[in-house]
Amino acid sequence: MQVSLNGALRSGADGAASIDIEAATIRELLTKLVERYPAMSDHMDRGIAVAIDGVVYRDDWNQPIPSNAEVFLMPRIEGG
Amino acid sequence: MAHDQSYTGQKFKVVGNRFDRPDGVDKVTGRAKYGADADAPGQLVGLVLRSPHAHALIKKIDTSKAEKMPGVKAVITSDDLPADHCGGRPDMLHILENSMARGRALYDGHAVAAVAAVDAQSAKQALKAIKVSYKKLPHVTDVDEAMKDSAPVIHDWCYTGGVDPKPSAPSNIANRTQMGHGDPEAGFAEADFVVERTFKTEQTHQGYIEPHACLASVNTDGSAELWVTTQGPFTYRTVCATLLGMDIAKLKVTSSEIGGGFGGKTHVWAEPLALALSRKANRPVKLVMTRDEVFRASGPTASTSIDVKIGAKKNGKITAATLDLRYQGGAFPGPWAMLACMTGFACYNIENQRSVGWDVIVNRPKVAAYRAPSAPMAAYAVESAMDILAGDIGIDPVDFRLKNVAKEGTQAPYGPIYGPIGIEAALKAVKKDPHMKARLKKGQGRGVACGFWFNIGGQTCVDLNIGTDGTVNLAVGTVDVGGARSSMGMIAAEELGISYDDVKVNVADTGSLGHNDTTEGSRGTFSSGMATIFAARDAIGVLKERAAKMLDVPVTDIVWEKGQARATGKGHGNLPSLSLKEIAAKSPNTGGPIAGHNEVVADGAGMGFAAHICDVDVDQETGLTKILRYTVVQDAGKAIHPDYVEGQFQGAAAQGIGWALNEEYVYGANGRLENPGFLDYRIPVCSDLPFIDTTILEIPNPMHPYGIRGVGETSIVPPLGAIGNAIANATGVRMDHAPMSPVRVLEALDNQFLEDQVSAG
Repeated sequence: MQVSLNGALRSGADGAASIDIEAATIRELLTKLVERYPAMSDHMDRGIAVAIDGVVYRDDWNQPIPSNAEVFLMPRIEGG
Repeated sequence: MAHDQSYTGQKFKVVGNRFDRPDGVDKVTGRAKYGADADAPGQLVGLVLRSPHAHALIKKIDTSKAEKMPGVKAVITSDDLPADHCGGRPDMLHILENSMARGRALYDGHAVAAVAAVDAQSAKQALKAIKVSYKKLPHVTDVDEAMKDSAPVIHDWCYTGGVDPKPSAPSNIANRTQMGHGDPEAGFAEADFVVERTFKTEQTHQGYIEPHACLASVNTDGSAELWVTTQGPFTYRTVCATLLGMDIAKLKVTSSEIGGGFGGKTHVWAEPLALALSRKANRPVKLVMTRDEVFRASGPTASTSIDVKIGAKKNGKITAATLDLRYQGGAFPGPWAMLACMTGFACYNIENQRSVGWDVIVNRPKVAAYRAPSAPMAAYAVESAMDILAGDIGIDPVDFRLKNVAKEGTQAPYGPIYGPIGIEAALKAVKKDPHMKARLKKGQGRGVACGFWFNIGGQTCVDLNIGTDGTVNLAVGTVDVGGARSSMGMIAAEELGISYDDVKVNVADTGSLGHNDTTEGSRGTFSSGMATIFAARDAIGVLKERAAKMLDVPVTDIVWEKGQARATGKGHGNLPSLSLKEIAAKSPNTGGPIAGHNEVVADGAGMGFAAHICDVDVDQETGLTKILRYTVVQDAGKAIHPDYVEGQFQGAAAQGIGWALNEEYVYGANGRLENPGFLDYRIPVCSDLPFIDTTILEIPNPMHPYGIRGVGETSIVPPLGAIGNAIANATGVRMDHAPMSPVRVLEALDNQFLEDQVSAG
């Protein structure tokens, strides 16, 4: 599965714009991401959201990731 | 129990009506209790001593004289707020340091000490008795100046993040962010027309009418209570407990009625000081910030400097666009430029785009979220450039936007592909709106602009309890900042099939309900609405079980229809239907209280989009811009209570108009804020504005049972661009600096006049 990284997160993945990771859930995806790129933990501390086929998940790490889904990692935003 | 949050197209009886607001009478009669309205026996008055310097070393703080004064019960400095509770977390350390200076005052108004005394006079005298020895340090308050090599570096620990290699020296640039897609340079090479301009926006305050206020009471057993005006009692609890080394469960935070927040009450300011004073004095402490303190030391938004470049073909198709966004976050790092990178081009389908953000530290108060934080400034630059480019091409500005509008399937600037969104529908509604056909006189102009905000969901928890008379208490944990009590009551009534009048909604304290994220990001109705639906459905499950007992049939034979339980199946034809009230009346003998509960992580918030139309009249002699007519078109997904939705549209537009025309922080050469009050920092009042017309679009969010999208923030985004475009159409002068105040407009008109004279020879 190809996972795209928002520009704000690429510094944690050696500058990669996208990476290949096999994961069935958001939890598995983020766990493997930090295992492969320890520098990503700083971004994890600040918050990462995962967009799956355009739906943004900020908190639900149990969310399944369908095969062939478009997956995009982005900063976890808040608001006013 | 897991619930399906998908949109179902459910038909409504209660939702969509315009009931009287439940808090209206209390608010207009003065009965409503706000942050400053709570009292406790033996309470003390808390006051804060603040730095008069923009940047200064605190050499010594002598509190000995103040501590000995009669009536003074506690004096605190940063020594009373040790940093070791923060666990090394930079975000918590920054909040702690912002609450009370630690060795250096970082901005005019930065707290340096606080006192608690038996009355205000004693507290004021104690503040005067505290002697602080400062050594003034060089300061910088302008975002562009702060980025220069010659600028004084505010923090020696600040090395610019997001750049490779890591800088060898510290600077005021906290972070660089870049996002986008495609090849902008190739796109610009294809363009027939390119616009490249620089815009500036000044710092504005959320301008809530109610200042920050709280009553803190810490007991000797380590438990504590905090009554406070806040958008997020649970967040305040977590942050305050962390900063003071308390157990979260032992701190009960109760949110008062809120006199406006708009993002400014998502962050703690003086609340940790009130708790620390109470802990030291062993008495309750009431701390109410003055307006001067609110302006100098809480919650403004970023001031900015932005370069925008957009290229397009003769046929109006945009080929490339870039933004360079410089946002100051006050004296601490923030995400503000990054957010601008994510929002700037969000309304458009641009194949080749790049946004670079620079988060910059200056000697100003710590920036806080303000309604769609960071988006209005970027939109000012983008929407102005869109109109300039449309003019250069010779295409109608609305048609130009429609030709490039984002749709379902468009890639957002921050990466993902959009689902169903409403900006195309909003622009088409604008095009058809009668406002667009109204005639304008000489000196008047019309402008259109678009806006975007993400909207969020988050952790949410509600309790629904049915009394023996069949009336319902609903406890929510999201603060009612824009009509949530009414909307949640309507949703509960809709699901249960009962009258809206039979539901009473309360905002619960932190000791009574599970964690709820702060009411921010336009999440309240989306998130608590979802939890209320699910809690009501849980309660219906219990009601069916009780009805089955009362009718002596299997629960599988019971259906819930129109607020009643009915037995279906063979042999049940003669059984009566049971109303909710009838089932509730028998609840003591069928199993006890009937309740529904839900905790949910409400993900899948639908994006918010809006398009605005604005007519202005510009006085050529004074530079005064008057708003003649204003129309907001915005997608709400589903308007639960249309009055409140329209109110959110109107309120957001009014704040954007103030930002566009009047509001700005004015700093002197000494780095001190020169206008910390509503006389010199002028927000719009009713007489400044026409009635703001609204059109609610309802494009359902597929990830909410009712299709709800958040509506609170988006409409603060377009006004700066819409008004800038209207002024340009009225005068022929493009304003590139907000607020577009009379002084700036007059200066621009004079410059245009001189340029015209030179051109004419």
